[in-house]
Amino acid sequence: MWNTVLTAVITITVIALVSGLILSWASSRLPADRDSLVEQVNKLLPQIQCAQCGYPGCRPYAAAVVEDNAAINLCPPGGEDTIRRMADLLGRDPIALADPDFESNSLAIINEAMCIGCTYCKDVCPVDAIVGARHFMHTVIASECTGCQLCVPRCPVDCISMESVT
Amino acid sequence: MSAPTFDLGNLHGGLRLPARKDKSTAQAIQHVPVPQQLVIPITQHVGNPAHPVVGIGERVLKGQLIAESGGPISAPVHASSSGKVVAIEPWPVSRRLGGNAPCIVIECDGEDSAVELSEAIVPFETFEQDILFQKILQGGIVGLGGAVFPTAQKLMHASITPLEHLVLNGVECEPYISCDDMLMREQADEILAGAQILMHALGVEHCFVAIESDKPEAIHAIAEEMAKLQDDRIVIKQVPTIYPSGAEDQLVQLVTNKEVPSGGLPTDVGCVVQNVATAAAVYRWICKGEPLISRVTTVTGDGIPAPMNVFARIGTTAADIVNFVGGYTENVRHLVIGGLMTGKSVTNDRIPLVKATNCILVLTGAERTGKEQPCIRCGDCASACPVQLLPQQLFWYACADNEAKLRSYGLMDCIECGCCDLVCPSHIPLTADFKMAKARMRELEDEVARAERARDRYVAHTERLEKEQLLREQQLDAQKQAARDAGPRAIADIIERSNKGDADGE
Repeated sequence: MWNTVLTAVITITVIALVSGLILSWASSRLPADRDSLVEQVNKLLPQIQCAQCGYPGCRPYAAAVVEDNAAINLCPPGGEDTIRRMADLLGRDPIALADPDFESNSLAIINEAMCIGCTYCKDVCPVDAIVGARHFMHTVIASECTGCQLCVPRCPVDCISMESVT
Repeated sequence: MSAPTFDLGNLHGGLRLPARKDKSTAQAIQHVPVPQQLVIPITQHVGNPAHPVVGIGERVLKGQLIAESGGPISAPVHASSSGKVVAIEPWPVSRRLGGNAPCIVIECDGEDSAVELSEAIVPFETFEQDILFQKILQGGIVGLGGAVFPTAQKLMHASITPLEHLVLNGVECEPYISCDDMLMREQADEILAGAQILMHALGVEHCFVAIESDKPEAIHAIAEEMAKLQDDRIVIKQVPTIYPSGAEDQLVQLVTNKEVPSGGLPTDVGCVVQNVATAAAVYRWICKGEPLISRVTTVTGDGIPAPMNVFARIGTTAADIVNFVGGYTENVRHLVIGGLMTGKSVTNDRIPLVKATNCILVLTGAERTGKEQPCIRCGDCASACPVQLLPQQLFWYACADNEAKLRSYGLMDCIECGCCDLVCPSHIPLTADFKMAKARMRELEDEVARAERARDRYVAHTERLEKEQLLREQQLDAQKQAARDAGPRAIADIIERSNKGDADGE
């Protein structure tokens, strides 16, 4: 009787030991695919590229979330939905949005009569949606503008305004 | 003469609805006279709006182009009578989303003088395929069954796929509507001539004229005309009177016994479907030079004393048409543009007749449905659905906003026929819910597409910045290298020169 029990215990211990060794070897040799995880997180982000999370764009934020354990509640345009989806994907707890005051769904409009052609706004646009040459009037390509508002504070003559498109 | 055939495919579900067409088919089609004012919307078709090409104050003639085709999927618009353009402004119209749309308003002079034809009418057989498509496009012809997809573009798209059949849709399965029935009875010659033009344009050798079995007069008229024509490529197909057998995909399945794949078009099974009225419009444009400026529409319902079919100019307001047929009865409750099942209730009878308007329905009755109650999962909707969807499940997921499930249960294949609404014992407005859910899903798709484009542009932007940075560093390196190559003497020279310059400046 004891013999049977002993055999069972030994068998199971050996199986557990072997699979444990294989798993630990695998986790050290075959690291998780960080890049594809970053890409997955990036897909959940709204791609406004507004940099309000404190990172220069959506992809850098995604990388920070995956690699540096950055908080998942830093994306105001994404809102609660994005937080919930990221929490699902990464197995973290959903938390409240850090800074909920962001008017998404808006579009930058340049008051072309006031524009002095300084090119500051053009340089700061993350999706190259502003066209214009130095000393010439600039304008926003409406279909490409993500409404990130980065150009607004850069304008020295305050000629850029945000317009709601909902 | 070919005999009506009965070898048909099966239609899942559907409903046998009371036809209510006997009153409006009792008398011949009447012609509505030129109204005082025409209101012609620039968007009467699916796709991009047309661009107006006339100015305010300009005199226009009947058949004159007033708005040209405005994009890859678009159709031009022509003046329906002669007169003066008095305004181009937003006007209430009956559209799915309601609201106002830009319209060209013409004050008619009553002369009804037409433009002279720019080119002589020649037999359509002499036209090449592409030229015929271009001609049809210029006529402003769109699908008159209600979907108003520009006909030329539909034909062009179809002509690049292998085709077997042209199906002329004479199946008017919605209650009350009888305009195609009357057109077939009175203008069978134009319809069949149009069918020949369409067959020539598409290069197909078989044409089915599908007519419901409860329209013996129409079948007789078409058969008689076919006997005269002696064209054995055209065959009548009698289809059972089941709603919605006249929906495009359902008709193809009935007539050819082939199912149009999910998300596909009838061209995927070698068919092109055109409404009979569209065929007649093609004939009138190609062989008589008259663009699409008028259509037959049914004015009916228990709110109309003498229901009938009328031939009215595009842009005539619903009020003018109702006045022509003798006004409203007392206690009118609803004005519906389109049929009982898929029509849209409107609150204003100043809206104009457009290319899509196949029926003006005036009702006095109470609301159609009772009080909404919870779903009891009886499954009646699933047996009625002609697309074989599960409306009870879709309703469930639409309430939960579960986009993935809605998609996998085929919400996008819903044809919004309204069968499920009608059979639901709990009076749940399922079709309305599905329309909303579809709109939400389309919005979401747009958002995803926008995000993807923004991501690509961001990547391109970062790459560009990196490249510029690299270039600057290389240039700087090159300059440094050049200075180093020139040796210490050169640098001393430069410093000396600059000091000398400073001294001169002082």
